[in-house]
Amino acid sequence: MPPMLLELAYILSAFLFILGLKRLGSPATAPAGNAMAAAAMLIAVVATLLDRQVVSYAGIAGGMVGGALLGTILARRVQMTAMPQLVAVFNGFGGGASALVASAELIRQAGMEPGIAAGIAAGVGILVGTVTFSGSVIAWGKLQGVVTQRPVLFPLQRVVSFILFAALVAGVILLGVGPVDPLLVLAMAGAALLLGVLLVVPIGGADMPVVVSLLNSYSGLAASAAGFVLGNALLILAGALVGAAGLILTQLMCRAMNRSLANVAFGAFGGVDTTVGQDGPARTARSTTAEEAAPLLSYASRVAIIPGYGLAVAQAQHEVKKLVANLEERGVEVYFAIHPVAGRMPGHMNVLLAEADIPYELLLDLDDANDQMSRTDVAIVVGANDVVNPEARNPGSAIAGMPIVDVDRATTVVVIKRSLSTGFAGIDNPLFYKNRTMMLFADAKVAMADLAREVREA
Amino acid sequence: MGIWLMGIYVFVLAMFVGFELIRKIPPTLHTPLMSGANAISGITLIGAILVVGEGSGGWVTGLGIAAVVFATVNVVGGFLVTDRMLRMFRRKD
Repeated sequence: MPPMLLELAYILSAFLFILGLKRLGSPATAPAGNAMAAAAMLIAVVATLLDRQVVSYAGIAGGMVGGALLGTILARRVQMTAMPQLVAVFNGFGGGASALVASAELIRQAGMEPGIAAGIAAGVGILVGTVTFSGSVIAWGKLQGVVTQRPVLFPLQRVVSFILFAALVAGVILLGVGPVDPLLVLAMAGAALLLGVLLVVPIGGADMPVVVSLLNSYSGLAASAAGFVLGNALLILAGALVGAAGLILTQLMCRAMNRSLANVAFGAFGGVDTTVGQDGPARTARSTTAEEAAPLLSYASRVAIIPGYGLAVAQAQHEVKKLVANLEERGVEVYFAIHPVAGRMPGHMNVLLAEADIPYELLLDLDDANDQMSRTDVAIVVGANDVVNPEARNPGSAIAGMPIVDVDRATTVVVIKRSLSTGFAGIDNPLFYKNRTMMLFADAKVAMADLAREVREA
Repeated sequence: MGIWLMGIYVFVLAMFVGFELIRKIPPTLHTPLMSGANAISGITLIGAILVVGEGSGGWVTGLGIAAVVFATVNVVGGFLVTDRMLRMFRRKD
């Protein structure tokens, strides 16, 4: 393929990537948007395969077939409840690929001087790509339950991370000014692998929405860096689009917790068990059963459901759908209040509820839901804790200033939870002890199924 | 230096376009957006193809083939799973 035609194919591809992302903005056009982005990728790949520079095909064919098989299996097999892990894995693969491209390009030039710009770009590609890879592996482990969800801390952790980072920056500069030494490339990859692990292990499970978004951004930036190494504008452009997407999500997630990115990264949130002071007045929570709670729901005019990570763990989305259907049959208006950080990745609850065929029009964001809350008869909190904790309004609290779902403004609150244990933030939830709160101690799936049955029979 | 400056132009402008496009996307679609964007970051596949395609052999080709595998998993898996999710968001008529 003549270079001119290749460039035209890349421009068409860039155009389709941008249009595809734009169409991802509304549920009606999103499937077409995704297909458009996939077509853009196909055009870019085919054009590249036809490039004059490409003379050897065996390795490419083998790698692509293997990768496509693995990708298809992962995408087909995954359960919707395991989606955060899969997104983390794919992020890791993308970042890893960019780091490998940058390393291969450097090793090809072993002994030569790549020049300041190319050397630095390759170094940054290795650094960001490898950190994305190992950080994603740890994030996957935490989400899958292979690595503890609690922050892992050890003495001098931040010092070690900082030294590693400083050494990596020095390595990047060395690549820019001197001839390429493959051993330096190897050492940098090793240091970046370790750095990725050290950056993610101290972050608690509940902060994973921020981590996954940030790794998403990094995987894009690593692709951009690889684009600078190869002098390929399409790589730079597509990588920057993804980098921007990830940064926006990161910012939204941080804002939804009223915390800075630095606080999420280094605050080790949820690491300490803040036990409640024993000197306060003795408080009792009122326990209830599905039989007792069902009439409240059946004769309500408006019911809110506030889902959290517990819903995903219990895989209760289909039982929730049954409850909604039975309530609607009785003429009860039902809506969902979705907190931005409910679950383990941005939009986690929305995907789960969509899987159960719950129309997205019923899913209200925080502000809209809070506008409705004072006109709501029953608020059902299922598998959520910190996002409904009124302690957030107390300036002295660990979660002070975090926007919450104001469930305590509803007439009655039913909290479905297995015990009175604290949420991830490790602080007690006064909501459980309020007069108008009833605790339904059960697994979310069982409780939802019981409520659905009782509502139908009531 | 020309090509580098062009690269920086492209990078900065694409970041702006990305910010503007994605700021408007409703929270309901944040997960598919993330996995779709993630599939796009697999564009590094074309870099991997160029590296392996030269046929220089040895370590360079080995690393390149690993990059092809990684990037293809990212691209194929990413677009497929995004499509799977988006189909669930389709309104029932």
